[in-house]
Amino acid sequence: MANKVFVYVDHFEGRVVPASFEALGVARQMVETVGGGVVAVVLGQGVDDVVQKAVAFGADEVHKGDAAVLKDFRGEAYATVLSAIVAEAEVLLFPTSGRTRELAGLVAVDLETGIIPDVIDYEFDDGSVLAMRPIYAGKLLTKVVCRERRPQILTLRSRAFPKPEPDSSRSAEIIDVDVDLADVKTEVTGYGESQSGVSLTDAAIIVSGGRGVSNNPSLEPPAEISDEAEQEIWRAQQGFKLIRELAKVLGAAVGASRAAVDANYVPYDNQVGQTGKVVSPDLYIAAGISGAIQHLAGMRTSKTIVAINKDADAPIFKLARFGLVGDLFDVLPPLTQALKERLGK
Amino acid sequence: MNIVVCVKHTADTAATVTIEDGKISWGDTPMILNPWDEYAVEEALRIKEAHGGKVTALSLGPKSAKDALKQALAMGCDEGILVSDAAFAGADSLVVSKIIAAAIQKIEDVDMVCFGRASVDSDTGVTGSQVGRRLGWPALNLVAEITALDAEGRTISVERMLEESRQQVRASLPVVISVVKEINEPRYPSFMGIRKASKAEIPIWSKDDIGLDEVPQSAVMWPQVFAPPKVETKVEMIEGDTPEQKALKLVDRLFEEKVI
Repeated sequence: MANKVFVYVDHFEGRVVPASFEALGVARQMVETVGGGVVAVVLGQGVDDVVQKAVAFGADEVHKGDAAVLKDFRGEAYATVLSAIVAEAEVLLFPTSGRTRELAGLVAVDLETGIIPDVIDYEFDDGSVLAMRPIYAGKLLTKVVCRERRPQILTLRSRAFPKPEPDSSRSAEIIDVDVDLADVKTEVTGYGESQSGVSLTDAAIIVSGGRGVSNNPSLEPPAEISDEAEQEIWRAQQGFKLIRELAKVLGAAVGASRAAVDANYVPYDNQVGQTGKVVSPDLYIAAGISGAIQHLAGMRTSKTIVAINKDADAPIFKLARFGLVGDLFDVLPPLTQALKERLGK
Repeated sequence: MNIVVCVKHTADTAATVTIEDGKISWGDTPMILNPWDEYAVEEALRIKEAHGGKVTALSLGPKSAKDALKQALAMGCDEGILVSDAAFAGADSLVVSKIIAAAIQKIEDVDMVCFGRASVDSDTGVTGSQVGRRLGWPALNLVAEITALDAEGRTISVERMLEESRQQVRASLPVVISVVKEINEPRYPSFMGIRKASKAEIPIWSKDDIGLDEVPQSAVMWPQVFAPPKVETKVEMIEGDTPEQKALKLVDRLFEEKVI
C-alpha cells in the first residue's frame, strides 16, 4: 500500500472541481515512478457519478465514503474520514480549492506530516517529490520537499497540469468506506447565493475591469442618484456591463482589480491579484486596469494578456502580448460585436 | 469573549522581492503587519466591542516581529505576546501550528482565535486550520461574515466563502476562524493607540515558556528559492484610426495567433 498515490476528488454538490481530473493525471504520471496504483477518494452523499468520473479519469481503486453525515463539506468531519483512508499513502494529491486547503492541512496534522500547497510543477528527487510552488504571490518560486514523513501531501494549482482524456471503458475496484463520526462540532445550515458563471480559477478566458470602468464622464447618472460616490458606482456598473457582455461572448469569467473591488464596483469574489485570486488562464483581457504590482502578481502567468487602457504608459502594457491604447467605453462594444460575428454567436 | 488574534510580520506586498546570494531580499521596503491579518484584528476588536472581553495579539517570529504586534496594539488590541525562540527557525506549518497551539493553551480560557486567510509571503493558508485541529476546536476558514455569535450559548454562525457558494455554518465555541477581506474595513490606528502601543511592554515567550520541551523537526524543507524565469513579452500595439478599427484588428490578431 505504501507506494500508492491517492487523489482526493473535490466536488461541490456532485460537480467535480476540474483540477481534480488534473490531479488524477498527475497521479498516473507519478505511479510510473513510484509503482503502485492510483487511488481516488470520494466523500459526500450520493456520489456515484463522481466515483465514475474518477475511474474514467484514471483511478485504479476508489474509496467511496457515501453518508448523510458527509452531505455538506465540513473540514473536521471530512478530515477524520480521509486521514483514516490515506494513513499508508506515499503521496496524497488534492486539487487546490478553499475546501482542500483546509482539508489537506487537517489531514497533515492528523498524520503528522508536511503539506505543500499550490504546486505548479514537480520532479522526483531521491525518492521524494520535489515540488515547485510560487511564494510572494509568484514573485519568487521555491522547491519544497517532504523527505522523511509520509504521505507527502500536495495541493495542485488549477490549470497548472494537463487534464487527461477520460476513458469510460476503464474499471476500478470500489471500496465502501465505513463512516462513523461522532461529535462533529460544526453544522452546515444553508448556502448563500451561488456564484454564477465560470469560476475564476478554472476559467480558460478572463475579462477583468479596473478603476477605469467608472471613468466615463459622458455617462449621466439618473437624477435620483445625487450622492457622488453612488454616481461613481453607477458609472462603474455601466462599465462592468460592457465587461460582462464581452465575457459572455467568450464564455469567460469576470475579474476585477483590487481598486475596483475596494471602490465597491464589484464584490470581492471577483478580485484577481495578490490579495484576491491567483489565476492562470489562456487569455486574460485587462480593461481599464493600470497594472499595480499586486494585480500583476495574480495574473502574470496567463498565457496571453491583452491590455486595453487609455494611458499608453500604464505598467500593464509591459506584461501584455497585445496592447490597445483607447477608452474601454469606445473599444469594448465594437470588440464584443466583432467577436460575436467571428464566433457565430 | 477572550479572543486571540494571530498576526505575522511580512514584507509589504508592494515590495520588489529578489534573490541575493541565495537569500530572499525585499530591499529597503519596510516589513508590515500581514495585510490579511488586519481584517482578523478588526474582526476581533468588533467582537470585543459588541460582547466585551479582551483581545490578545499573538505573533510567532524573530524579535523584529514586535512591530507587527505594535500595529495590532495601535489598532486597539489589549495585549501583545511575541513567541520567539532560536529553536523555532525554519519551522514549517506543522511545527508552527504546534507552537501557536501551545501558546494559546498557555493564555488559557480562550473562546476564539482569529487568523487572516493566509500570509502574503509564504501564502500557505493552512495555519488556522492546523491550530484548530491541534486544539480539538472547529476551524472555520474563509469567513466573509459572522452572522451570529452567542457567547453564553457558546455558538457562532458564519458565512464562509467557497468557490461555488457561500456556506453557512454553525459551530460551537471555542473556535478558530480565518477571515477574508470582505468581512470588514480595518480601522486606522488612532493617535492614542499609537502612543499606547509605543509604550507597551511586549512579553517574549520562549519554547520553555509555552511548555515545549522539544521543538519537533519540520516535515518539509524548501532547499531552493529562486526568481521565476523572465518571460520575454514584447507587446504588440494595436494601431488604428478609430476604436472600431482597433477592435477589429485586435480580433484579427487574436484569431491569427490562435489565441481564440
